[in-house]
Amino acid sequence: MGMTMTQKILAAAAGLDKVEAGQLIEANLDLVLGNDITSPVAIHEMDKMTVDTVFNKDKVALVMDHFIPNKDIKSAEHCKCVREFACKHDITNYFDVGEMGIEHALLPEKGLTVAGDVIIGADSHTCTYGALGAFSTGVGSTDMAAGMATGKAWFKVPSAIKFNLVGKPAKWVSGKDVILHIIGMIGVDGALYRSMEFAGEGIQHLSMDDRFTIANMAIEAGGKNGIFPVDEVAEAYMKAHSRRAYKIYEADEDAVYDEEYTIDLSTLKPTVAFPHLPENTKTLDEITEDVVIDQAVIGSCTNGRIDDLRIAAEILKGRKVKKGVRCIVIPATQSIYLQAMDEGLLRIFIEAGAVVSTPTCGPCLGGYMGILAEGERCISTTNRNFVGRMGHVDSEVYLASPAVAAASAVTGKISGPEELGL
Amino acid sequence: MKANGTVFKFGDNVDTDVIIPARYLNSSDPKELAVHCMEDIDKDFVNKVKKGDIIVANKNFGCGSSREHAPIAIKAAGVSCVIAETFARIFYRNAINIGLPIIECPEAAKAIEAGDEVEVDFDSGMIYDKTKGTEYKGQAFPEFMQKIIKAEGLVNYINAQYK
Repeated sequence: MGMTMTQKILAAAAGLDKVEAGQLIEANLDLVLGNDITSPVAIHEMDKMTVDTVFNKDKVALVMDHFIPNKDIKSAEHCKCVREFACKHDITNYFDVGEMGIEHALLPEKGLTVAGDVIIGADSHTCTYGALGAFSTGVGSTDMAAGMATGKAWFKVPSAIKFNLVGKPAKWVSGKDVILHIIGMIGVDGALYRSMEFAGEGIQHLSMDDRFTIANMAIEAGGKNGIFPVDEVAEAYMKAHSRRAYKIYEADEDAVYDEEYTIDLSTLKPTVAFPHLPENTKTLDEITEDVVIDQAVIGSCTNGRIDDLRIAAEILKGRKVKKGVRCIVIPATQSIYLQAMDEGLLRIFIEAGAVVSTPTCGPCLGGYMGILAEGERCISTTNRNFVGRMGHVDSEVYLASPAVAAASAVTGKISGPEELGL
Repeated sequence: MKANGTVFKFGDNVDTDVIIPARYLNSSDPKELAVHCMEDIDKDFVNKVKKGDIIVANKNFGCGSSREHAPIAIKAAGVSCVIAETFARIFYRNAINIGLPIIECPEAAKAIEAGDEVEVDFDSGMIYDKTKGTEYKGQAFPEFMQKIIKAEGLVNYINAQYK
């Protein structure tokens, strides 16, 4: 019986020839990640350990991104705690205001995540790096502390669900629509404890940014990780961004999957997840009544990359955000911000009446920079629409692609670009 | 080791945003977090919960964010055990790592109701609903996880290894 792509990476990291689903292993880690919310708890736990420094100062990444620039005194105290820790342990990859970006956009861009890596991060969307053919998964702060101290983590080897992607998506259908479609199909616990392995010729039609979006939301189906095979697109990305050697693993032909799905990308339509679960999906044509919105957010670790901003700008160019709607655009990293500036996208956003924020997770988790009042609705390119996620417990979040969020900002209700004649 | 308490019952997909909303994540102090535990799903939870009480929920408990603040808030609020049909995987790891007892048991999760008096025996994995006079066998932890649980969390377990 062969191994899945995930199982092969884990076997190598555990120094084993073969692993099988359900087996408990201890794997060596290539990177341990934390942010300004989870790292302080990890640092506190590491203080209790008899190990007095990190296993490798180059293999720990601390990214201040959730509540910074500091939204209040308590957040400032958290960042200060991480800053002092980073300084004390001479952490190479510590990213503070001015250098930071949203962690899951930043680390691939900095070349810190490559194919074949085993990565844990104290942030659930750490699964993003599977887009490059790495095994990466979210953990909590105590696991992060243990990872920083020992360079190892324990895993139960996951079984997998295989998604064969075929066909080419239509013009306004993006990676976000693909993953929302999948979550709508299998549910928010449809991949619980398991890998989501993507395969098929359809992948060639998905940009690197689309793949990051898809892998990013594997957790919203309960998945342990989401992973893509490494093709020329992924190799070109890694060569452009990283000097690290990468290793390509492929699933065995006789690998066993719990379930297999074939998804024809050419049949997918722009998809929206209604409150209060990412599985509550409807395609745009299934929405029969006007869903009037108060806010549109375009950003986050899911959809704050340059492709996302280009699509939003293509729609907002020469148009105006509807009076009464707040449109908030958040480039995910400083580099994306600069690129958007150089390409004239920021001017398009500002002239359309949107605001452009410094990189931050901000409103996605109801931190700041776009909190909702009671009864308000937001269309958002973020990843979760749980009760109270973006503010008041009686506010609502609708998840969608950058194209749908931008078009909705113009019409003031959930809309696709077609409604604008695009 | 045993837990004894009154049951608070929740449904499917209780997410970490309702267990501890992100607006309170500018603190990592267990006492502060406990004050807001379950606030967005049951405002009165923290006023009603007594030390030792038990949470019973259906599938995918703790889904969403990796915030360890969620099991920390539940533990600091006095909850002695969470029983669920299934747990989201990061919550599952976090609970074991910080020493919050959890048990997967679909039958118990379905049958036990709010207000029932329940006893959980962690050594045997048995769950007794004293109100209904019924008992259930929870899923046993693999040996490796039992070692972490016996060490009362991952930190102690690692300290023992790296002496």
